[in-house]
Amino acid sequence: MTDMGGNGKSENDVIIRTQGLKKYYVLGAETVRAVRGVDLVIRREEFVAIMGPSGSGKSTFMNLIGCLDTPTDGEYWLNGTSVKELSDNELARIRNKEIGFVFQTFNLLPRATALHNVELPLIYAGVRGRSRREMAREKLELVGLGDRMSHKPPELSGGQRQRVAIARALVNNPALLLADEPTGNLDSVTGEEIMEVLADLNRQGQTILLVTHEHNIAAFARRQVHLLDGLIERDFINHHAGVEA
Amino acid sequence: MFGRRGSLLLTEIMGVALAAIRANALRSFLTTLGIIIGVGAVITMVSLGEGASRQIQTQIEGMGTNVLSIQPARGRMMGGIASGAARLYADDAVALRDQSNGLLKVAPETSSRLQVTYLRWNDNLEVFGTWPEWFEINNMRLAHGRLFDFGENQGRRRVAVLGSEVPVNLGGTPPELLMGRTIQVRGISFEVIGILEEKGSATPFMNPDNRVYVPLNTALYRVMGGRDFLGGISVQVPGTALMDLAYSEIDRILRRQHQILPGQPADFQIRNFSDLLATFQETQQTFAFLLAGIAAVSLLVGGIGIMNIMLVSVTERTREIGVRKAMGATRLNILFQFLIESLALCLLGGALGVAAGWGGAALVAWQGGMPTAVAMEAVIIALGFSAAIGLFFGIWPARRAAKLDPIVALRYE
Ligand SMILES: Nc1ncnc2c1ncn2[C@@H]1O[C@H](COP(=O)(O)OP(=O)(O)OP(=O)(O)O)[C@@H](O)[C@H]1O
Ligand SMILES: [Mg+2]
Repeated sequence: MTDMGGNGKSENDVIIRTQGLKKYYVLGAETVRAVRGVDLVIRREEFVAIMGPSGSGKSTFMNLIGCLDTPTDGEYWLNGTSVKELSDNELARIRNKEIGFVFQTFNLLPRATALHNVELPLIYAGVRGRSRREMAREKLELVGLGDRMSHKPPELSGGQRQRVAIARALVNNPALLLADEPTGNLDSVTGEEIMEVLADLNRQGQTILLVTHEHNIAAFARRQVHLLDGLIERDFINHHAGVEA
Repeated sequence: MFGRRGSLLLTEIMGVALAAIRANALRSFLTTLGIIIGVGAVITMVSLGEGASRQIQTQIEGMGTNVLSIQPARGRMMGGIASGAARLYADDAVALRDQSNGLLKVAPETSSRLQVTYLRWNDNLEVFGTWPEWFEINNMRLAHGRLFDFGENQGRRRVAVLGSEVPVNLGGTPPELLMGRTIQVRGISFEVIGILEEKGSATPFMNPDNRVYVPLNTALYRVMGGRDFLGGISVQVPGTALMDLAYSEIDRILRRQHQILPGQPADFQIRNFSDLLATFQETQQTFAFLLAGIAAVSLLVGGIGIMNIMLVSVTERTREIGVRKAMGATRLNILFQFLIESLALCLLGGALGVAAGWGGAALVAWQGGMPTAVAMEAVIIALGFSAAIGLFFGIWPARRAAKLDPIVALRYE
């Protein structure tokens, strides 16, 4: 097993380990090999950007990591647990507790207030009324939306919506924050603001895995993994991370 | 799932379900209309039936088993007397009284709903023409004044005896004050000579307390404009032991009156009260089956409507389901969310239906003067059925929602 990011760090630091991870889609006679065997290790407190051309399998890989999708073949350990053996309910628990997902299209509940949207993972975690509201409020304040809590998504700007989504992803204090093109639907200024939020979180110790097309966005991450046709093409440390291009 | 975490979630899920129903208030209302109408109609009808049968029960107790009711035969006549409907006339009543050697106490009956006026008050009341014997046969006692006598019948005198509710309907005038006063029936003046005690046996078909009683001949020749036939004849037999004899006497006398040969079908029918009751119960049972059929069909249609709208709702909210799953909702969470939504929808419809039925029954009671009784069992059964429909027709859409793959649901456009 190759330990790409690790320089003698302990095995306890590993959050994600994949081995020969594959995802094939069978469409009639044709088989789309979206992810063809990815070996990757991600450690606690890393900030990784996954890059690559359209159709290279970035989103498919993220969905596998986020336990939204199940691999066709290969192994995936999350915090040392092999995900393959987990039941549907255990996967739901992992999505709820271990992983925070931020989407390109925000995926907020349009009729619920920002606060309620952030409360959603807490509801499924079984957290009750008052402490739940407090926790959600705290995360909204963390992303700078303390004054927009009772607004509904249609009343918020794109950047504000993505902040709500980030607060929602963080509210259960997940081991891993996944963001699939979080700036894809935002203009470049707003996109960079969102990236500042993520970079801040990473500085406070949040492990983040990010998918992006754009180099200036990827530049916020310390490590870049380039995919091509469902395989890792390059995996390197960006020594200028945090320095804007 | 139904551990601590489950019960905790239930209130959340209820909130989500109600919010979804409220967000589509009009659609939800239209969807539940089938259930509202079905439940409402059944509650109204059951209430009417309940009211009727309760009152008929009291009437059985109030009425002797030694009373016979003679009515024109219904249905088509066989043989000779094909032309014209079968009818009973005052002469028939006279013949029964005079030719039965005092065996029968006889009271002919004719009635019509007419405008009755006292001073500036008026109401549409049943004007009932009969002989004095009628009051004895039917256990109606006087509260004030006197009954009319046979001489007043022969003289077609314009005198009236009022049922106990009539003063209430004529401006709430105290009964004593009405005594000796003049009321108008269809513009014809009548002197009030007596007021009856309350009998309290109203049915959907008759209320003896809300009648204006006048002598038969007065009714026939002065009020009803030359109508000479009767609605029926009441006959009292001195004892139940003489019932068979009474039957054959009536049959003999009326056949001679109507010139019907023995062996030919009679153009009248003699029935005692238990016959009437049996007929009533038979009708009621048919009615009940019909009702159950209507209820079943409308609830089935309503249920299919619910299922349809729930499938639409699941499809519309596919992305929401995806988001919820991505945020950690289990299959059971999603299943309950949609099941409870359809349950709430049906229960809401059921509750509105019960309210509508209650209102309908009250309206019928008020407008039609019919007694109604909303049966608690019917309400509980209606709500139970609504809930069962919500679960039965909600389970399939809910399962579809629960089984959605999170990533497929998230990608749904
Ligand atoms: N549900 C699916 N069914 C069939 N093929 C799919 C499905 N999802 C993805 N694919 C295919 O898998 C390949 C990888 O898709 P994926 O969405 O992971 O690419 P991506 O790197 O995220 O691209 P982009 O940068 O455009 O978002 C593509 O060829 C795509 O057509
Ligand atoms: Mg993608």
